[in-house]
Amino acid sequence: MTTITRADRRRRVTNAVMTSFTALCTLFAICILLIIFAYIAWQGIGSVNLRFLLDSPRPVGEGGGIGNAIVGSLVLLLLASAFGMPLGIAVGVFLSEFGKGKFATLVRFVVDTLTGIPSIVTGVFVYAIIVLPLKHFSALAGGVALGLIMIPIVGRTTEEMIKLVPQSLREGALALGAPQWRVTMGIVIPAAASGIATGAMLAVARVSGETAPLLFTALGSRFFNYRLDQPIASLTVQIYNYAISPYDDWHAQAWAATLVLMTLILMINIVVRFFTRKKF
Amino acid sequence: MVKNPLISPHPNPLPKREGNDKPRPLSRWRIALSPTGNAGDTFFRGLMFAAALLVLIIVGGMIVALTADSLLSIRQFGFRFLTSQQWNPVKSEFGALPFIYGTVVSSAIALLISVPLSLGIAIFLVEQAPYYVARPITFLVELLAAIPSVVYGVWGIFVLAPFLRVHVEPPLARWFGWLPLFQGSITGIGLLTGGIILAIMVTPIITAVVRDVLAAVPDSQREAALALGATKWETTRVVLVNGAPGIAGAVMLGLGRALGETMAVTMVIGNRPEISASLFAPSYTIASAIANEFTEATQDIYLSALVELGLILFLVTFVVNGIARLLVWNVTRRSGATA
Repeated sequence: MTTITRADRRRRVTNAVMTSFTALCTLFAICILLIIFAYIAWQGIGSVNLRFLLDSPRPVGEGGGIGNAIVGSLVLLLLASAFGMPLGIAVGVFLSEFGKGKFATLVRFVVDTLTGIPSIVTGVFVYAIIVLPLKHFSALAGGVALGLIMIPIVGRTTEEMIKLVPQSLREGALALGAPQWRVTMGIVIPAAASGIATGAMLAVARVSGETAPLLFTALGSRFFNYRLDQPIASLTVQIYNYAISPYDDWHAQAWAATLVLMTLILMINIVVRFFTRKKF
Repeated sequence: MVKNPLISPHPNPLPKREGNDKPRPLSRWRIALSPTGNAGDTFFRGLMFAAALLVLIIVGGMIVALTADSLLSIRQFGFRFLTSQQWNPVKSEFGALPFIYGTVVSSAIALLISVPLSLGIAIFLVEQAPYYVARPITFLVELLAAIPSVVYGVWGIFVLAPFLRVHVEPPLARWFGWLPLFQGSITGIGLLTGGIILAIMVTPIITAVVRDVLAAVPDSQREAALALGATKWETTRVVLVNGAPGIAGAVMLGLGRALGETMAVTMVIGNRPEISASLFAPSYTIASAIANEFTEATQDIYLSALVELGLILFLVTFVVNGIARLLVWNVTRRSGATA
């Protein structure tokens, strides 16, 4: 017959307390997430309408919208993708296909560490190398800043995805006489394409929420602008400016713009999740 | 490779010349440019190598550019920049101590809250929850990381700060008011709010890494503990000890993120360059100083001082992240080797 000693009882109580503590932690985090989403939806939904999405900003009390900011964000994202994605993918290919030896380890380490560099520092760097020589804030500078942030994200996911391509595929192509670059470009990258696209989309989602590197590169603008050498508006900077303003009217617009931004980011995340679930 | 006649790019023998028995060797360029030659390979390899090199150049360029632009301030203030409390653009007097203090304290608050929280979540996900529960929860926690900083800021200003002002800070002041930490006027805007919003932002990052680290601990460890009669929690402790270096890495990663986080903190911390013992008092961080004052900096020395702040932030986060990566790599690589 087993007897339960006092020490045993204490162990059981500790076990019960700690296991429920971990569950509580999880519940707490999810509650926070739901509260944030609920607030954004509740506060933002009232001000979102077609005019808000198409109009440009107006003085306090006269309405106005975020049309120019949406266009500006898209321009910035396009610029960033044009700069950051090819570079990121190339780095990923280098790390996975030629990634042995000290140099590759160093690159991998620097890329990983680059992910953790605060985005505001990237902003200062781009200010120093682009804004100062050109003597004014520009969409180009903003795009480069965002692109720099994309490189490590795209690079590392590309590397991981290419590593998943079976070695037999490469060997088969090489055995048929294809040179290595044809194997990589024609066989390996297409085989990993959906994974690379996933990484690229996640990078776009991450970068579309960046504000700090745009504050003194793209600066922001209250008008529609399509010139790359001029300051350009972006959703995030507009949200920031409206949120710290003293006007209730602009606060409401900040919430509405937040709702638009979050919808975009959530959509990307859910689409990516849907595709990766099918794949792996 | 190309020397082998069987796979020579030109299967037909070349015409022999008078007084020359051997076929004339092909020029390197003709071999390289032939359809099956390796010019493509060389070019491709070079291109990928150049991309990788460019990343190193960018990081090197960051150090050089930031240092070059902060030279003015480094020369003028020297080491005093780090120890002086004076931040006075009007008198061109710049000392970074209030920002360093604000950054360190807000990050410390963030880690104090988020480390137990994310350990709890990660343990729940890896050790306790069944697969069909863990999967959706993992996604939700990752979503928390997908929310942009500025959105946290908006939520922080309009929801969290008023909530803390009404429901959290008064009780803290009542019960712990004898501590200097919880004295002073209650506004809802200050170090505490900044720390809490940072904690929420850092939690998903630490959780994700700790989850990977715990998952990398071999099952034999768990089985051994369970076979000795350990309870679920005692088994978890064995797993935690095994993953300790990786967990330390995860915490460092979170710290790196907290130190450099800009927008959300800027919006709730109050932005006043003063050192105060109270957590209710407004403060300032390095990142928010750069964000707020960069476009206002008209004199060269002011701009240079702000760039020096950026340089400090860059160096600190680079080192913190570097240590974190090494710790995490060690753990996950070790398990990869045995698996």
